[in-house]
Amino acid sequence: MKAAKVSGKGINWFDFLYKYGTLITIVLLIAFFGLATDNFLTKESIIGIFRYISITTIIAIGLTLSLAVGGFDLSVGSTASLANAVVISMFVWHSQNMFVSILVVVVLCVLVGVINGFLVTSFKIQDMLMTLATMFVIQGVALTYTRGATISKNMIMPSGDYAPGSIPAVFGQLGKQPWIIIIMLVAVLIVHLLLTKTKHGRYMYMIGGNAEAAKLSGIPVKKYRFIAYVLAALFAGIGGMVLAARVMTAEVNAGAPYLMDAVAAAFIGYSVLGSGKPNAFGTFVGAVLIGILSNGLIMLSVPYYAMDIVKGAVLALALGITYYKRKH
Amino acid sequence: MKPNEKVKLEMNDISIAFPGVQALSSVNFQMMSGTSHALIGANGAGKSTLMKVLAGAYDHYTGSITLDGKQLPIRKPKDAKDYGIQIVYQEVDMLLIPNLSVAENIMLEKLVHDYKGKSVVSWKKIHKEAAEIMKSVGLELPTGKLVQELTLAEKQLVLIARSLTMDCKFLILDEPTAPLSDSETSRLFALIERLKQEGVGIIFISHRLPELFQICDDITILRDGQHVISAPIHSMDQAQVAQHMLGTQLEAQFPERSSHAGELAFEADNIADGDKVHGVSMHVRKGEIVGIAGLVGAGKTELCRILFGAAPKTQGDIRLDSKRISYKAPHQAVAHGIAMIPEERRREGIFVEDTVGVNLTIANLTPHTRAKTWLSRAKERLAAQSMISKLGIKTPNDTTRVANLSGGNQQKIAIGKWLLADAEVYIFDEPTKGVDVGAKRDIYNLIAELAEQGKSVIFASSEMDEMIGITDRMYVMYDGKVAKELVTAQTSEEEIMFYSTGGQAG
Repeated sequence: MKAAKVSGKGINWFDFLYKYGTLITIVLLIAFFGLATDNFLTKESIIGIFRYISITTIIAIGLTLSLAVGGFDLSVGSTASLANAVVISMFVWHSQNMFVSILVVVVLCVLVGVINGFLVTSFKIQDMLMTLATMFVIQGVALTYTRGATISKNMIMPSGDYAPGSIPAVFGQLGKQPWIIIIMLVAVLIVHLLLTKTKHGRYMYMIGGNAEAAKLSGIPVKKYRFIAYVLAALFAGIGGMVLAARVMTAEVNAGAPYLMDAVAAAFIGYSVLGSGKPNAFGTFVGAVLIGILSNGLIMLSVPYYAMDIVKGAVLALALGITYYKRKH
Repeated sequence: MKPNEKVKLEMNDISIAFPGVQALSSVNFQMMSGTSHALIGANGAGKSTLMKVLAGAYDHYTGSITLDGKQLPIRKPKDAKDYGIQIVYQEVDMLLIPNLSVAENIMLEKLVHDYKGKSVVSWKKIHKEAAEIMKSVGLELPTGKLVQELTLAEKQLVLIARSLTMDCKFLILDEPTAPLSDSETSRLFALIERLKQEGVGIIFISHRLPELFQICDDITILRDGQHVISAPIHSMDQAQVAQHMLGTQLEAQFPERSSHAGELAFEADNIADGDKVHGVSMHVRKGEIVGIAGLVGAGKTELCRILFGAAPKTQGDIRLDSKRISYKAPHQAVAHGIAMIPEERRREGIFVEDTVGVNLTIANLTPHTRAKTWLSRAKERLAAQSMISKLGIKTPNDTTRVANLSGGNQQKIAIGKWLLADAEVYIFDEPTKGVDVGAKRDIYNLIAELAEQGKSVIFASSEMDEMIGITDRMYVMYDGKVAKELVTAQTSEEEIMFYSTGGQAG
């Protein structure tokens, strides 16, 4: 029985690291950056990190829902770009008030989700490939809508005049603390409750675990997969609007860079506290890890253009751990 | 290898543990090449585990494996294959590449090993060699056919053929006859006979006692991970074998029940799917157990899936309590009070990564929630625990992962979730497949009890003794059609078999 015992110990050691590795890494990173830089542990810096991760987290929360049903919504970054462009254009180009502007974006994002949901549930194509296609379509729609230009207050319109509208100050407040952080935490809390405490969350996880068995257990699989994609697009839209509120402009493809951060956050989240599944709290922790890493490296004067190397490596590690665990 | 060169395979003192389970404790097993050896035990007895050890699937076992006294350090599948120990697993799809041809699948190992260092493959030669081996195992197919288009029985023969492409001193067959029809089974037995003559030692795992007596020389019985007895098989009779497996005296397998069918409940008219089911009509009364008999491939599973809304139908009506109902998906069927326990348990019936509790409540979560939304763990646990004790599910508690339970207990869970859902029509598709004798009896009792409560039961199985033992009435299917409707009390296994094999009433 010796052999069994030895390997048993090995498994426990892996399990421990699997469960707490992310949290330990966060603590170690904080300690490291705290010692290596002068102002990492200041209040401003910590709030800065939360502000930095809030958009990532909101978008990643949507992605987490699509992962929960065994899907993968790659189009969340593009949807965020679209929401960013449309909400700013409603203010600046069309002089609409906040209620109308946000409503238009919400309707638009639900439409995006409906299209994604329809495509992934109707055809036997892998979700990731289908949403890769819609990712480019949505990105193209956003680019066409903005004519490939940045939208901002007082921009010059094709007619030669200045854009008539302005962005309400209240909207701008949503992009500043504490509101931006509150929006993020509320999003995390809502999805956490949905996934862990409700019947619907249970169904979604069951579908993600074994779609055939879920179907034969009488769960309306298509309906839930559809809903997951609508919610994913909705959260991506909220993320895009919060991004708009934070920078007060709509840059070309502003949401695209958030895709990789969101994917990394969600996959790091699989392992947090040994859940083994996509989960809201884990996604949040994943986003925190990425935020600390990014901000700390910036403070250490690592250039921003090298950041993707680090983030990509972190994503590879998270994926490696997740899939290694699944096999064992 | 020549038939007279007999070698002795020994496994001594084999022990292996998995998290939470001691799967084998000091098990001994020995046999000669050129003989066939039955390995039998109830589900969870450890026979598959023992054979996986021999096939190199695990590296953390203790004990020794020897061939003619020479130590074989088998720690990975490649080791076992190199020593001439080949295994054909029960889950054939795991080992086949569906989008490659039959020939490529058969020659897979050879392609990997013989072509080491070479880059160019002679497909002509591959297909020719494959065709020869296929002929020897009785597989009559074009070598270029894709494996994804094969039946289960054909896939199994592909795997046996693959084993024979390599050095094969010992061949392990794990439940090989489960998916086979009678003619396929007898063909397999002829093949086994021939391999024995050629000096191959066959290890045969099965739950079907009669065929073990037909084909095997010796028998080893395991129980709860321990060795019970090894002996020449004809030194025992079936009752004794069953007794050793269970450890207690075998009681009557099927429950005593008297038929008291009530009014008409479920009717299906002229159901077809344009492929495997052609115009099936049937009806079930309240409190009645209606069998769907027939061999593998007769269209039973396809029919069950259509009746549950899990597969589309091209024609036909379904009526419940004389009202026409239509549904396109299982969740709509469930809303009408129809439940199905599918054939492929692990893939379709249960969520192996989840807990016993989650599995039991999944088909009917709403009663275990507040405001129809918020899960109530307390209510769930209560329901799960009552079902665990009601069904006698052997599990430490309701939070154990289902993956850690034996096949019989997994099946009880697959049934239990529908008991909690309280349906009116229960469709069972091969509910006792891969389940040990004790669990089988529990499952028969459960089904009888459902009928007792006035539920309608549809029971599809290719086991003729089950048809006789549990049903009131049955439809015998052959080639997608109902060949004959029989009243159980007035028929026999022989008559069912006659119609199952395409016999016509004269």
